[in-house]
Amino acid sequence: MNNIMLVKEKIKSINELTEKINIMEVCGTHTTAISKFGFRDVLSHNINLISGPGCPVCVTSDVYIDYIYELSLNRDIIITTYGDMIRVPGSSPHITLENAKALGADVRMVYSSMDALKIAANNTNKKVVFIGIGFETTTPYSAVAVRESEKLKLNNFFLLSLHKKVEPVMRTLLEDKTINIDGFLCPGHVAAVIGQKGFEFLQEYNCAGAVAGFEADEIIDGIESIINDIHNKDYTIKNKYERVVRKDGNILAASLIDEFFDTRNDIWRGMGEVKLSGFKLKEAFRAHDIEYIYPIKNYSEEKKSACQCGEVLKGKIKPFECKLFEKVCNPDNPVGPCMVSGEGSCAAYYRYR
Amino acid sequence: MCLGIPLKIIEIDGKNAVGEANGIKRSIRIDCISDIAIGEYVMVHAGFALEKMSKKDALDTIDAFSEVEKAINADEK
Repeated sequence: MNNIMLVKEKIKSINELTEKINIMEVCGTHTTAISKFGFRDVLSHNINLISGPGCPVCVTSDVYIDYIYELSLNRDIIITTYGDMIRVPGSSPHITLENAKALGADVRMVYSSMDALKIAANNTNKKVVFIGIGFETTTPYSAVAVRESEKLKLNNFFLLSLHKKVEPVMRTLLEDKTINIDGFLCPGHVAAVIGQKGFEFLQEYNCAGAVAGFEADEIIDGIESIINDIHNKDYTIKNKYERVVRKDGNILAASLIDEFFDTRNDIWRGMGEVKLSGFKLKEAFRAHDIEYIYPIKNYSEEKKSACQCGEVLKGKIKPFECKLFEKVCNPDNPVGPCMVSGEGSCAAYYRYR
Repeated sequence: MCLGIPLKIIEIDGKNAVGEANGIKRSIRIDCISDIAIGEYVMVHAGFALEKMSKKDALDTIDAFSEVEKAINADEK
């Protein structure tokens, strides 16, 4: 009960603000929580909460979705993946792992990268590909799976790393003069890995930042901190999720990333190429990198379509400003990834509209 | 994707461990935790302990989840 009173008090104090402020979150779980708690409705309209490209599934290039679909149709391959990837459409609506399953593909949802390893151990006559997706939070878990596959000599275990680094895309957004971000609500579990210090770069842009957790009071704390910092022109990153996030982060987890992955240029769906933003397995682990066994063909430009996920992901339009939102594109008939993924901006706005 | 759950460590075997909350046990990995003892609490995400948590913080979160569960069950009745 005390928490609710505190949240109400903070909202009241936040709403005394008269300046217009743009605050972006880059974490799908923050996007969903903000919609669920109805913060956009209770906060003053001066505070523009923008959902950025925080959903790793949503920002995976459709070229890779098509690639995974083709891999899955290979009878020698079992695809293992976290949840939402199953329904994400590639370059055409019918290109989904769900449809591939209907065509006889062996696609299995797993909770952990280690579950994928067990499937590899139990199916040595097949190649088992784990779709490693997520930002810095889940990248160490893919590293552990590769490390253990080497220890167990599981030569049939492969990783497709679609992991991405958050800092480069935040910089790209800050450098886009059409967006104007005053503050970032920083992703709590990415920060658990890279530390509060991982967001110190925001100071270079005179951008306020707060690492925040996912409960209502934690998100409001983060927003309040950002607003105070903007007011005081204080651009040092604040940690409002101290129960999990340390200043230096999780050094073990971060070193797993450094040991197993290089950073390369990567395509973010709807945004184009972001330099040095993709984590790809180092050459030493090539034997477990499915992209060396089945090289991806023709990294071509994404086709134009009515889907406006790209503009939504950059925060240029709100989901309900997309021409297709609700009328054509909805969770039962998703056109783009922002509606498919449970953490996509459009799915969040739709669910809590 | 980012939802983490706090669990109490009740067994450790190398990099494997068993965590427990509200009577439910789950096998987890502790590769990302440098030192952990039985009885300590961790935030678990996608099958891995991501960070240690204080007992107070962990129990507060577990209580919050229980409240949500109660509220959902009350709605369904």
